[in-house]
Amino acid sequence: MTTATETGPGAPDAGASATGSVRRPRGARRRPDWGKYFTWTVLCWLFAPIAFMVVFSFNDIAGRHNVTWEGFTLRWYSDAFAYPDLNVALLNTVTIAVLTMLIAGFLGTLLGLALGRYRFLGQSATNLVMFSAISAPEVVLGASLLSMFLTMNLAVGYWTILIAHVMFSVSFVAITVRARVLTMDPSVEEAARDLGATPLTTFRLVTLPLLVPAITSGGLIAFALSVDDFIITSFVSGSTQTFPLWIWGSTRVGIPPQVNVMGTLIFGLGVLLAVANTVLARRRSR
Amino acid sequence: MTMAATREGKRGRTARLAPYALVLPGWLWLALFFVAPIASVISMSLMTGGLAAGYTFTFEIGNYARAVELYWEQILRSLLYGGLATLLCVAIGYPVAYWIAFKGGAYKSTYLLLVLLPFFVSFVLRTISWGFILSDNGVVLGTLKSLGLLPGDFGVLNSATAVVFGLAYNFLPFMVLPIYAVLERMDHGVVEAAHDLYAGRVQAFVRVVLPMSLPGVFAGVIMVFIPTSADYVNATVLGGADNTMIGKVIQTQYLVNNAYPLAAAITFILMAALLIGIFSYAKALGTEQVMEVQAR
Repeated sequence: MTTATETGPGAPDAGASATGSVRRPRGARRRPDWGKYFTWTVLCWLFAPIAFMVVFSFNDIAGRHNVTWEGFTLRWYSDAFAYPDLNVALLNTVTIAVLTMLIAGFLGTLLGLALGRYRFLGQSATNLVMFSAISAPEVVLGASLLSMFLTMNLAVGYWTILIAHVMFSVSFVAITVRARVLTMDPSVEEAARDLGATPLTTFRLVTLPLLVPAITSGGLIAFALSVDDFIITSFVSGSTQTFPLWIWGSTRVGIPPQVNVMGTLIFGLGVLLAVANTVLARRRSR
Repeated sequence: MTMAATREGKRGRTARLAPYALVLPGWLWLALFFVAPIASVISMSLMTGGLAAGYTFTFEIGNYARAVELYWEQILRSLLYGGLATLLCVAIGYPVAYWIAFKGGAYKSTYLLLVLLPFFVSFVLRTISWGFILSDNGVVLGTLKSLGLLPGDFGVLNSATAVVFGLAYNFLPFMVLPIYAVLERMDHGVVEAAHDLYAGRVQAFVRVVLPMSLPGVFAGVIMVFIPTSADYVNATVLGGADNTMIGKVIQTQYLVNNAYPLAAAITFILMAALLIGIFSYAKALGTEQVMEVQAR
């Protein structure tokens, strides 16, 4: 139903949707689009706890029992940083995520380049290890890391969290970059070389710019994974707090509305970034 | 392969060493902080000793016997809940992925973004929000109860159903994305061809679209089954004391009881149970192919 009208002149999916609506010649027989209803129902389900979180960030409660609606207030937004240890936890989360993005972005890009471009000894072993690191359950990764740190008598804390986060996100960056390398047109680089560019210049002026979108999205995946991680972090954190750990720790005494406020702000920022990214991608593909 | 080899041969030794220079830092990181820890958890599972006296490697198989004897129930429950959540994810995720890929038109990427957006909120926060929403006197049940639509003692929390739905909720994108990736790349002409050959809607789906999309479903099953059966956040928040999963046992034994060798043995059992299944699965498919699907 929707495919007939909404394909703009330069829309990237125009071709796909034209062939996709196979049944259009017989479109006169209108049937309810159950798929659409189902998808929207699922979307409502997916957004239910988000809506709860946002709405209850405005809840005018007295204590820390933020479960029933008591009235509207903006109090928690002006008092968002009332818990010093929550602020520290949030700061840790952000700095660890940024460092994870940079380190995993760098290591993953190199891995992805090598895997996509070359054939080398140990390639399938590398793929296997990366596949295992991605698919191993978090609780196993956390427990293993802690076992090793214990055996080595290494104190757990901020740096062990960072080590763990880079470990579980580097493969995601590598796969994203590898996929881009594999689909890249080799003739562009050949052209650069034919025009007398040295391998390094070719890499800097041709290859790298072509890889930037993949590196960016790989880095963002690493950032998102790091911000969100709870299970592995809980094993290797020691007494260092991150945002998810602080929330988990405060469930017993009650989660203050400030957590809803921060969750809402982070969500808002994520939405903004995602929308900006889509708009940019659409503009780039025109 | 051969072509690449000859091309490299011309550029000499630097070119041949280039891939190793590129992968070395990543290799080191993964070897030190992924492979070595796994080895360390295995060796710890065979140790005896205590926190004060220290641990010694005694090849103590008894840790495994104790782990199975004490926690077989939680292990089986975890695999069951993980399996049910995975089935639920297929049942919910496939139609959504199908509809977006085939009927999403120009708004495909927008719909996909909508599916992913809720996951910008922390996993822990989302799960706890469900706990609040579903609590006995919360916004949903409390309202229905005050309207007299539900008996006062009705509850949803602390049940297997709540845990399974929570797990499916939290890991749905891992099912939708790989299925969508396969369906989106599918040549829609083949569906047309099926119709031209007088296949009905159902037949075209069952005999053409479904078989072609199975790699996506396989990848999704792996990506959902592993984290759901090892998860303990959902079971703790939504399941209460009667629905403990094995992840919680591992976490408690490590971080609360400091019973490291026993905890390591449970970890290894969980890992082995999952990985044996997954690797035979991946082998049948080819790891490259599974990873390819994940990459999109």
